[in-house]
Amino acid sequence: MTSSFGDSGRSGPLDEEELVDILEERRRSSDLGHALRTFSPHPYKGAPTCSAADLNKAVLESQHLHYITKEVAMETGATVEEVREEASGILEEMSQNLQLGFIRLMGYPLSKVSKKLFRSIFVNMEGLNRLQQAVQENPVILMPNHRSYFDFLVISYIMFTYDIPVPVIAAGIRNTVFISPSLRCEALAGMKLVGRILRRSGAFFIRRAIGSDKLYWAVLSEYVKTIVRRGFAPMEFYVEGLRSRTLKSLTPKLGMMNMVLEPFFKGEVFDITLVPISLSYDRVLEESLLAHELLGAPKPKESTTGLLKATKVLQEDYGSMFVNFGRPLSVRDLCQDKINRCQYNLIPRDLPQKPTAEAQACVSWLAHLVVRIQEEGSVISPWSLMASLLLQAPTAVLTEEGLPWHRLTEKTLWLRRLALDFGARLNWPGGVPDSNVMQSNLVLHRSVAQRKTGRVYLVREDEPARKHLISPEEDAHRTAAAVLMMASYRNQCLHIFVRPAMLATAIHITKSGQKDELSTFFCFLQDIFSNEFIFIPGRSSQDFEEACFLLKKSGAVHISQEEVTVLDAGLEVLSFLQALLQPFIESYQVVFRYLCENGPHSFSEKQIIPALRDWTTKLILSGELHTYEALSSDTQKNVLSALRRLEIVTKSRASEQNEFGVNREAVKRIGDILSGKIPPQSLHPTPLARL
Amino acid sequence: MASNSSGGGGEGGSSDRQRIAQQRLRIIAGHLQRPADDGLIVLAAECKGQNNKTEASSEGRTVPRRRQEIMKWNGWGYSDSKFLFNKKGQAEFTGKRYRLSGMIMPALKDWFEGTFGASLQHKTPATPVLTSSAVQPPTLNEAFVEELKSTGISFSHNAEDRVFRAHGHCLHEIFALREGKFGRVPDMVVWPNCHNDVVKIVELACKHNVCLMPYGGGTSVSSALECPPEETRSIVSLDTSQMNRILWIDEKNLTAHVEAGIVGQDLERLLNESGYCTGHEPDSMEFSSLGGWVATRASGMKKNIYGNIEDLVVHIKMVTPRGVIEKSCQGPRMSTGPDIHHFIMGSEGTLGVVTEVTMKIRPVPEYQKYGSVVFPNFEQGVACLREVAKQRCAPASIRLMDNEQFKFGHALKPQVSSIFTSFLEGLKKLYITKFKGFDPNRLCVATLLFEGDREKVLQHEKQVYDIAAKFGGLAAGEDNGQRGYMLTFVIAYLRDLGMDYYVIGESFETSVPWDRVLDICRNVKARIVRECKDKGVQFPPLSTCRVTQTYDAGACVYFYFAFNYRGLSDPVHAYEQVEHAAREEILANGGSLSHHHGVGKLRKEWMRETVSNVGMGMLKSVKEYVDPQNIFGNRNLL
Repeated sequence: MTSSFGDSGRSGPLDEEELVDILEERRRSSDLGHALRTFSPHPYKGAPTCSAADLNKAVLESQHLHYITKEVAMETGATVEEVREEASGILEEMSQNLQLGFIRLMGYPLSKVSKKLFRSIFVNMEGLNRLQQAVQENPVILMPNHRSYFDFLVISYIMFTYDIPVPVIAAGIRNTVFISPSLRCEALAGMKLVGRILRRSGAFFIRRAIGSDKLYWAVLSEYVKTIVRRGFAPMEFYVEGLRSRTLKSLTPKLGMMNMVLEPFFKGEVFDITLVPISLSYDRVLEESLLAHELLGAPKPKESTTGLLKATKVLQEDYGSMFVNFGRPLSVRDLCQDKINRCQYNLIPRDLPQKPTAEAQACVSWLAHLVVRIQEEGSVISPWSLMASLLLQAPTAVLTEEGLPWHRLTEKTLWLRRLALDFGARLNWPGGVPDSNVMQSNLVLHRSVAQRKTGRVYLVREDEPARKHLISPEEDAHRTAAAVLMMASYRNQCLHIFVRPAMLATAIHITKSGQKDELSTFFCFLQDIFSNEFIFIPGRSSQDFEEACFLLKKSGAVHISQEEVTVLDAGLEVLSFLQALLQPFIESYQVVFRYLCENGPHSFSEKQIIPALRDWTTKLILSGELHTYEALSSDTQKNVLSALRRLEIVTKSRASEQNEFGVNREAVKRIGDILSGKIPPQSLHPTPLARL
Repeated sequence: MASNSSGGGGEGGSSDRQRIAQQRLRIIAGHLQRPADDGLIVLAAECKGQNNKTEASSEGRTVPRRRQEIMKWNGWGYSDSKFLFNKKGQAEFTGKRYRLSGMIMPALKDWFEGTFGASLQHKTPATPVLTSSAVQPPTLNEAFVEELKSTGISFSHNAEDRVFRAHGHCLHEIFALREGKFGRVPDMVVWPNCHNDVVKIVELACKHNVCLMPYGGGTSVSSALECPPEETRSIVSLDTSQMNRILWIDEKNLTAHVEAGIVGQDLERLLNESGYCTGHEPDSMEFSSLGGWVATRASGMKKNIYGNIEDLVVHIKMVTPRGVIEKSCQGPRMSTGPDIHHFIMGSEGTLGVVTEVTMKIRPVPEYQKYGSVVFPNFEQGVACLREVAKQRCAPASIRLMDNEQFKFGHALKPQVSSIFTSFLEGLKKLYITKFKGFDPNRLCVATLLFEGDREKVLQHEKQVYDIAAKFGGLAAGEDNGQRGYMLTFVIAYLRDLGMDYYVIGESFETSVPWDRVLDICRNVKARIVRECKDKGVQFPPLSTCRVTQTYDAGACVYFYFAFNYRGLSDPVHAYEQVEHAAREEILANGGSLSHHHGVGKLRKEWMRETVSNVGMGMLKSVKEYVDPQNIFGNRNLL
């Protein structure tokens, strides 16, 4: 058994694939010539082409919108005309206006910027060829992971370069902007120019938190569905919803996915092709920004001036970028036994309907599958392995004494073998001495780690020049920022190790060799951590088998029918894997403890994150906690989401705000299971049908 | 018979009507040779005796007891009519029965080879003769046979007779025959001459526990006539073909009482002689029988004027193991609980034998006009049909063919100006010059048939063409329309030609709400293409459809698919898998299990989800009451 899904298999050493550096050509020939190149894509054969204006007209005239318009008019007391006007306004705010001219206009600076930032941008040509074919046959959905703002136009750029129809792109905009309709234009005005350019490059804008705005939902979903139905253009969206601040895959969001898939479920198209795309960066442009965001620094507004400030980013070296176009997935084939399309036979298909449980489960499964394939297609850098090892040393050691370089080298080479064993797509250049590879990686990441006199140190940001002394809290956060930055690079390779690491943890905590006991604990861990790592619903037993297989393959354990026996030679592997998961377990325990001991009985998310941060900081300063990663607000939010999913944290009925109540006993029980004090038991109040 | 009805036609009405009737005779059922009556078997005297009270014409009938005298044993239709490629490689249609008979279709070879990747060099000829020794010997129920003899009803256990009644026209059935393979066949055939004969046969069957399978025209495409292999009793095929008289015509109420074994062309011809018609014209009307229509809920192409079989039937008499079921009066509509006719219609021979039917008749229409409209694409065509249905102004028939079928229709054109022009070039030339801006690879054509008073027809025609124009449709002449309908009758012969050259195919139908017509057409066609590829079919299949009927709330859609099976080890199995997948696709797209072909055994597996558990239970309980011994054991439907 292997770790890849079906035929998506992209595991294995990189050099076996044909990767083309698209910047190489750009360095040789004119960027202007490129921007003005003859663009002759083969479009979708299934339907005649239509203009962006036709598209909008079809949306506004759709039966679905008619229904909703009437409903909203009834509910609000407005006239149908007024509601229709509003819908038209929403659509205007949302819609793209894809024009080839603007792709060209963007192409030129993009060439310039890319060459400045990156040494190379590698693209797998095989994937691109498959995509070119797929685009002609069925509506195509491009599903990249989201790691940087740079992701945004790079795919359009590549498709333009290789004569593939340029996609329309769903882009999120923050909700606060839309307090009232009259404010909309004003708020957008801040980004007017950029917004207009993006629109004409194919972007369409979606408010981040739509909530219960029925009309907005209707316009959006009709817009998306019309694009898919007509095969207007390939559609690109981030199934993770947001840019991952931790560089770890995010639990997929299902709203957009639902809209995209519905035309297939309802028979409006024969098939839909999903193309998972993995974008991997040697070094992420926003690395320090991300770490600060995780520590609670507010996210800067996405304003034009903000973008301009980003120009200082241009002066640095970001290594290489990898774009891996995954094998096109046929939704029809994947959903074969997962959805009964007859369920739509008895109600008009335009009628607004909540997706059935079956449809939701199917959508969720597909979304998780895509994210897993994104993970498998991403490229792991040597630095990611080095970061994983560095983080296993106590933080104090890293900041003060440093880690001996030779030790790091030795361990990294050991880990390289393990990673390859586990099927990683590792970008380890051949033909160069290994120590040079590592050295150059370290240089690339000198903002995070540096080598001095044979030892490697964690680099903390320079102290801000201030008169007064920096407080211990601020100091801790400085260290935390550096740790979180390094952790995000470790996170790039976590998906390779997470399944065997959970098994290693299970072995460590249960002290058992019984396969069924281990499997139970493994499933418990998956249950707890399924907001943290990507597990495809309904695959726990395969995941467990995969973990067993990989541990066995690496020589760490012997596996019989019913037992898992740890081998002496495997202790190194097991302890590495277990330590890899340790920061997460500790971070979760911190939140559990807070909720049981100190936290209020009810709270809102807005209050609890800063409170948690303060409390965690105190624990660190008191020396009780050594895991700086516990300060990451993303992890804290994941814990809360997990508890909500398990119905241990529940929404209080009475309050209007998002107030939550906590079942402290249940939290304590989970904590106890996680620390091995009591054996795992069912976490679900009712048997939950998790597909 | 003379028509002295008070029809408003005035003085000339009657002769006019007769003239039209003559014309229709030529068009629909003409050129039929009168079959020689073999006189092998003595007719039951009692039934003959009943004849004197009828006005029915006793003109010759199409279907003799020994079908083999005029019909193919391993293909469609009359023995003298078939497509073949002559020595020059040109397609020709033999015989004298049809308008296309004796003609050469120069473009067909190009189309055939181009569409299927087939070649005239690669032949797959059928087994030439039916080898009786290959048919398993009959299992006879001696006691039943003895008692049957004493009734004087004719019967046979000749191998040919039995093989003829062991199949319909599904691909797998014909394919097996062509290979000379016979599975379980009926053990004997009986030919009742009248209702009372049937009563006797059913009584005897119950008494001796014999399995009865009613047989009408043998045109089923649902495996309905396949003998259940698990059946251990003696199977008797009850052939109704000799019950073919019109027993009376009621000109005051415009009904006719007809024996259920009559085939469509005879019924129309005989009624036409009296100036009437039923207007029920299913594509199989040359061979399919009235009883078969009732048993499968048939539909005719002119249902827009005359209605489907359920609208045409006024009274039904059926013999069941429990006795005879019929209504006590002929009121045009009743509120007397669920309509018992609806237990009978669609029962597919599982409950009994329909023996006599009272049907609505209409005066033969004064005027008939064909027509056709070319649309720039299928989407526009469907939109036009939908509008026509919305305005409830559908002509007697309106059918929309997709682009593939349109091309196919052209391939069957008898003469092309120059044989050196290739088929596609000719097509392009014709349509680019004639219909500017239409893409020859996208355009599609609707064929129309109007019927009624001359004046009204012309008015109606204008209305329909005006609607068509709104959807970009251009009138394309009467000729194209007429050829479209004529092809309906010869198209079934074409499958046999394909089978001579490694090409197998089939058609199937469904009904679907209007808003899903385009989706179902696209998805089912694409599914067929994908499935063929998955099953290892080497060349892309022909996968095409047409909308053949319009209703207020939806339409009937026909799919045709065919492929070249060279290189496949088990072509029939591959074919069946594709058809199965296509049916799944139809159901997933909101289409029905069948519009008029019925369920038979071919589509049985989907009955439960089609009618729900309770529905299934209802049907089963009716079967259990009516036929507890499962005498009518063809195992269709349930």
